[in-house]
Amino acid sequence: MDAAFYLPVLPELILAIGAMTLLMVGAFTRDERAAGRTAAWLAIGVLIAAGVVIAMPTLQPAAVTAFDGAFVSDGLTRFLKVLILIAAALALLLTIDEFARAKILLFEYPVLVLLATLGMLMMVSANDLIALYLGLELQSLALYVIAAFKRDDVRSSEAGLKYFVLGALSSGMLLYGASLLYGITGSTGYEAIANAVKADGMGGNIGLIFGLVFVLVGLAFKISAVPFHMWTPDVYEGAPTPVTAFFAGAPKVAAMALLLRFTQSALPAIAPQWQQIVIFLSIASMVLGAFAAIGQTNIKRLMAYSSIGHVGFALVGLAANNAEGTAGVLIYMAIYVAMTLGSFACILSMRRNGEAVEDISELAGLAKTDLRLAAILALLMFSLAGIPPLAGFWGKWYAFLPAIKAGLYPLAIIGVVASVIGAFYYLRVIKIMFFDEAAAPFEPVEAKALAVMGLSALFVAAFALPFIGGSLVDAATAAAVVLMPGGVR
Amino acid sequence: MSNILSVVTFLPLVGALLIALLNADASRNARWIALWTTLVTFLVSLLIWWNFDKTSAGFQFVEEYAWLGPLKYKMGVDGISMLFIILTTFLMPLCVLASWESITDRVKEYMIAFLVLETLMLGVFCALDLVLFYLFFEGGLIPMFLIIGVWGGKRRVYASFKFFLYTLLGSVLMLLAMMAMYWHAGTTDIPTLLATKFPADMQWWLWLAFFASFAVKMPMWPVHTWLPDAHVEAPTAGSVVLAGILLKMGGYGFLRFSLPMFPIASEQLAPFVFTLSIVAIIYTSLVALVQEDIKKLIAYSSVAHMGFVTMGIFTASQQGIDGAIFQMLSHGIVSAALFLCVGVVYDRMHTREIAAYGGVVERMPKYALAFMVFTMANVGLPGTSGFVGEFLTLLAAFKANTWVAIFATTGVILSAAYALYLYRRVIFGALEKPSLRGLLDLSPREVAVLAPLVILTIFYGIYPAPVLDVTAASVKNLVQNYETAIKPAAAALAP
Repeated sequence: MDAAFYLPVLPELILAIGAMTLLMVGAFTRDERAAGRTAAWLAIGVLIAAGVVIAMPTLQPAAVTAFDGAFVSDGLTRFLKVLILIAAALALLLTIDEFARAKILLFEYPVLVLLATLGMLMMVSANDLIALYLGLELQSLALYVIAAFKRDDVRSSEAGLKYFVLGALSSGMLLYGASLLYGITGSTGYEAIANAVKADGMGGNIGLIFGLVFVLVGLAFKISAVPFHMWTPDVYEGAPTPVTAFFAGAPKVAAMALLLRFTQSALPAIAPQWQQIVIFLSIASMVLGAFAAIGQTNIKRLMAYSSIGHVGFALVGLAANNAEGTAGVLIYMAIYVAMTLGSFACILSMRRNGEAVEDISELAGLAKTDLRLAAILALLMFSLAGIPPLAGFWGKWYAFLPAIKAGLYPLAIIGVVASVIGAFYYLRVIKIMFFDEAAAPFEPVEAKALAVMGLSALFVAAFALPFIGGSLVDAATAAAVVLMPGGVR
Repeated sequence: MSNILSVVTFLPLVGALLIALLNADASRNARWIALWTTLVTFLVSLLIWWNFDKTSAGFQFVEEYAWLGPLKYKMGVDGISMLFIILTTFLMPLCVLASWESITDRVKEYMIAFLVLETLMLGVFCALDLVLFYLFFEGGLIPMFLIIGVWGGKRRVYASFKFFLYTLLGSVLMLLAMMAMYWHAGTTDIPTLLATKFPADMQWWLWLAFFASFAVKMPMWPVHTWLPDAHVEAPTAGSVVLAGILLKMGGYGFLRFSLPMFPIASEQLAPFVFTLSIVAIIYTSLVALVQEDIKKLIAYSSVAHMGFVTMGIFTASQQGIDGAIFQMLSHGIVSAALFLCVGVVYDRMHTREIAAYGGVVERMPKYALAFMVFTMANVGLPGTSGFVGEFLTLLAAFKANTWVAIFATTGVILSAAYALYLYRRVIFGALEKPSLRGLLDLSPREVAVLAPLVILTIFYGIYPAPVLDVTAASVKNLVQNYETAIKPAAAALAP
């Protein structure tokens, strides 16, 4: 057994060892506050290191499976892993100042983030139902804890508990579905499942369909697709804002990656069956995301419904079940992560007299008191609404284009109409900032939050330039070929 | 000269960036930078016009670069788009001047919004790629939403939301149609698509999707209701841009996409468009007659005038299309001028109620003269630019369908009624209201804004050839292609 055997899991190893090391660092540092801050920065370093390793072609073989095919590393996993690592690192960066202020910057937090991220990387690389479950649970358990990280806060504890109960339920369903699949196909490996389904021509097998449905339900919980979204607004609102920023980004990408690989690599033979489910989830999410957000007054709840809607849009690409669709999902998730992180950096900057405020009406007249913050948030809102030439439009373009190719016209029409309805509440945020009379100013924006929102705004505004959007699109297209060997036109 | 279209398109954006770098309270500098940027852009666009080859029907000054994936960054102009570019660059300095004193709040942001808007509008007329076109077409919503919402009147929030969501809803359907065209033709390149023959049943759906977008933008009855609200609430320069340029994007879209790309559907659906146009001409003229707000009256008259444009376009004849383009340009000048005129008295009196005025001529003779020229042009009096377009479209409609022409002609009479009625109530009559006694006539700045418009209105009324020459070759080409495209369909229908 040589070193090359471990090469595919090198990023995961870095995160695992990093987490353990940080635990030691934390345990042996006397000063609790210093320990938290050091651990946070070190964790960011570990995340970056893992990202660099993935990006280096010499350290990562082109496409390889490990552990008897349970773990896969290829272009698709690399794309998604880099995205997850960036999202996690930026979310962690946003945490430092906010948690230090709330005096909860403990060294356990960065460790938990690293473990959650490790779980996500595992999810992305899972090529086997057991690996899938391991990754999912490692991620989920860490996330349950950090949702409740503000122990003294009732809302935060409630968020953690709610997330745990519903998450455990969904894991149970997923496990049940997985066991059915195993029982019927006789294997847990994706390839073996795919072969078994294809060989026996068991497209109509009721047990297989049951297994598929239960697994999809479990995954739909994780990406908070309607009708399994109920936990999202409460958890988003209750969890500390930097934690919400983390929840909204990386875990969604990981769960979406699971969904992509599970459907397209394990069950391509019964695509029409899972396509129906995905189409339903997509339409329900887009429509509910658009309508339910209209009545929200808390900006974190608004972002929760917004993320539900955006998951629906990303699912449009998956529903198309072609190479462009897979690329579309990847592009959409990358753009979504950028927009979400930027928005949460803005939300974190909503502080007055040392207190965080979360009501949308608190943004009143922000354009007069802090034009820079208002302009960035407005840009992100326009982008979330999908207005060209901003990145959000391109996400929709690449998500709907494959759906049109696949002839899913009703889905596409419902989707774009939902996006118009959704535009209403994004516009409302802009209206409050720009049209209304000024409220008292916020405290000055902190450097770290400014860096995150500035990066995100730059990405969103300049996406139409070939060296930004073009390279992302090329990378996603190349990554999608893994699942859809046909390639993209 | 090779990249001149990109230069003219993105010059205003550069100006906007310059203003963004200024201090927060540098209103004066912001105004001057905006003025100079728009003037230089105008000069560059004149340079394009100067070098434009009128005899060629194809696209000129074409530039093409790789963009995202299979999409191309491709720009170019032909006889149809050339003059809209000039119209845009011509109106923008006037908009800046018109806002010189009336906008005192957040001047910097205002000028940035206008310059960004100019870039997006110019891009619409230059783009030769579907996605690039859509980018500019929809992107314009952002600055216009802010212009209406931040610097607008009392009901600005309602108006800006209505404007934004209405237009967006129309456009997203067009976006899906563009995707379908991409999968059918394998490209989003407009010149290639112009040569692509789409199957007849597909043309129907595509035509309807594009129609949804352009009909709202135009706006055609019954989806015009956002326009009066947007016009009334927008600041003067916002109304000028809205009436002068943004509405023309709808007509331009019909000419660039609907008619040449989906000729079979256009031919079959022409009666539908004629019906809507006639309803627009007659119904909105009647509505204009009872308005009590000057801006709202002009807004409704815009809808009526746009009815002539859609009617002219869908006759699909040389005269009809020439007339439609001329009508759009003329309306771009005249309605812009009328909104500027409203702005002049609004700045003094802070009301747009017709009833608040009367006898203005006694205090503002110069203003009364300018207003009269534009009113006459709005009516379509021979000798003003308004006449040429209406006459040509009516002529074409008469050939296509006599009844359409008969109904549309009543609109001309109605337009005389509401325009003259407005003029009488505002300008003539006894100067009874004490608040009007202190009115001052046009300032030199206002003269500088209105004088070019007066000259153009009369010049193009007497000598329309410069416009018609530019459009002739491209329109002829369009009509020929259209006729060859619908011939097989007509032959197939015959027994």
